[in-house]
Amino acid sequence: MAEFVFFLNKAVLSGLIIGSIYALGAIGLTLVFGILRFAHIAHGDVMTVGAFFTLILAGILSSMGFVSPVPLVLVTLIPAMALTAAFSIGLDRIFYKPLRDSGAKPIIIVMASIGVMLMLQGLVRIFAGTGTRNMFFDQPKDIYRIPFFGSSRDLVLTEPQTVLIVFTFAAMIALHLFLTRSRLGKAMRAVSDNADLARITGINIDHVVKATWIIGGGLACAAGGLLSMDVFLKPDLSFNLLLPIFAATIVGGIGQPYGAIAGGFLVGFSETLAIFNWSVLLRPVAHLLPFDLPASIALVPTEYKLTVPFVILIIVLVYRPTGIFKGRVL
Amino acid sequence: MSFLSIDNLTGGYGQMTILNGVNLTLDKGEIGVIVGPNGAGKSTLLKAMFGLVNVTGGSITIEGEDITRLPPDKFASRRIAFVPQEYNIFPTLTVNENLEMGAYSRRDDCSAVMEHIYDIFPPLKDKRHQNAGELSGGQRQMVAVGRALMIEPRLLLLDEPTAGLSPMFMSEIFDRVIAVNRTGVTIVMVEQNAKQALAIASTGFVLASGSNAFTDTGKNLLANPEVAKSFLGG
Ligand SMILES: Nc1ncnc2c1ncn2[C@@H]1O[C@H](COP(=O)(O)OP(=O)(O)O)[C@@H](O)[C@H]1O
Ligand SMILES: [Mg+2]
Repeated sequence: MAEFVFFLNKAVLSGLIIGSIYALGAIGLTLVFGILRFAHIAHGDVMTVGAFFTLILAGILSSMGFVSPVPLVLVTLIPAMALTAAFSIGLDRIFYKPLRDSGAKPIIIVMASIGVMLMLQGLVRIFAGTGTRNMFFDQPKDIYRIPFFGSSRDLVLTEPQTVLIVFTFAAMIALHLFLTRSRLGKAMRAVSDNADLARITGINIDHVVKATWIIGGGLACAAGGLLSMDVFLKPDLSFNLLLPIFAATIVGGIGQPYGAIAGGFLVGFSETLAIFNWSVLLRPVAHLLPFDLPASIALVPTEYKLTVPFVILIIVLVYRPTGIFKGRVL
Repeated sequence: MSFLSIDNLTGGYGQMTILNGVNLTLDKGEIGVIVGPNGAGKSTLLKAMFGLVNVTGGSITIEGEDITRLPPDKFASRRIAFVPQEYNIFPTLTVNENLEMGAYSRRDDCSAVMEHIYDIFPPLKDKRHQNAGELSGGQRQMVAVGRALMIEPRLLLLDEPTAGLSPMFMSEIFDRVIAVNRTGVTIVMVEQNAKQALAIASTGFVLASGSNAFTDTGKNLLANPEVAKSFLGG
């Protein structure tokens, strides 16, 4: 029983957590691709910037002597999302829109976004240094232990993890309602379907582009903020995120928001299942096995976790090149 | 003064000139039909009217307003609609959503207009909640025209609305075009099926190599032996 709970903690809950992060990032990436037709390489660093906004706002509140029953970073997450959304619109205005307006090919804009990525990484280091930060200052981080059917082990979730999971599901429902019920959401799908027709139909492309960055930037901030609350905030937060998020986007079908969610969780669960030590689950039945149980049976050593998204990507692209939800071909 | 007046229009794609001085005038409530061989510049002319082509000279006015080089997204609010030759629907949006998007530029309640469109195109009624991309070719054209009708256009530009349809669907679409015209919509239609189209035309324009070859009433063009020989396949 304890072994099974260990499995739930290490594989299922961890998969849910990392999958949520990937899904939140991939939604933004896939929306930007669907609307603006370019791969936004700087998306991972928008996550880092969002996390720093969260921290800075919390720092300001804290220095003003503001006390709250929940950790300050959770309080400042929502305003930080708004700030990151505005920041993303600003990035688009300054760097991508002029290129689009001058008729630049998508690949040129992708190159520009690599530039933006390097610039953001530099900016974060200039203002925040290269150190690792605790998002909670000296505040305690709650850890929830949920008893599991009389097992000696409990299910363990931290406060930011719980918020993350709840937030991700709420965001997915909100996104679904937005895309299927609201005028602007339907217009977003229309632009993603056929931008030229949308334009001659009189759909305000400018509003759609803004909505795209607001959603993409806001969710990136939530993902970056909650991930750095769960571990630590580092300036190179995006380093280990960008590749799995791209994999999730492509696996789900480029331009498909539901695909991005499915892809995010698929990549997340694959990672945690691949590095899970299956030996633990077999331990109770070790005496029945015809061989000596090794101390560790994992498909992939933890240090090589980053290879997992790529294996999934290759498998999906070979057997279903447009991704799970039939996205566009790059 | 005529409702629509295109005067000596020239233009094309980038440096390439396709239209070499096209003239076209139409009165309110008329159906103008543009015919001509493949590559004559018929689609280019419609796109030029809708601000989608680089216009280098000449002018387009509608009810006195100069709309030459007006950006394509400014037409819907002026109640001018365009149904392109291809890619003219939103395939992953439902039929209903396609129509809703047609009305994006209006802020008023247009549920009555939508019901009216379902009355014009009854086959769409049962397919309201189906993705437009899953419909048959004829029904997709109905969605495309329906989407354009949502702004209750003064002027409707149709580029080969019967392309690729079976003869049965073709007559159905022509019937619908007449029905729409009867509600007071001025129509400019490009057609491959020249004989049928000219039969319903107030004025026909034969376009060849980017300029007017013949302009006359539809009836006269059909009766003109020269037009018949060169452009209507004998
Ligand atoms: N987007 C485009 N870019 C460059 N040339 C084009 C484009 N579209 C059409 N053309 C060229 O313009 C000419 C006229 O095309 P078009 O107006 O589509 O003819 P039609 O509709 O009469 O068959 C053709 O020679 C075609 O190759
Ligand atoms: Mg054509």
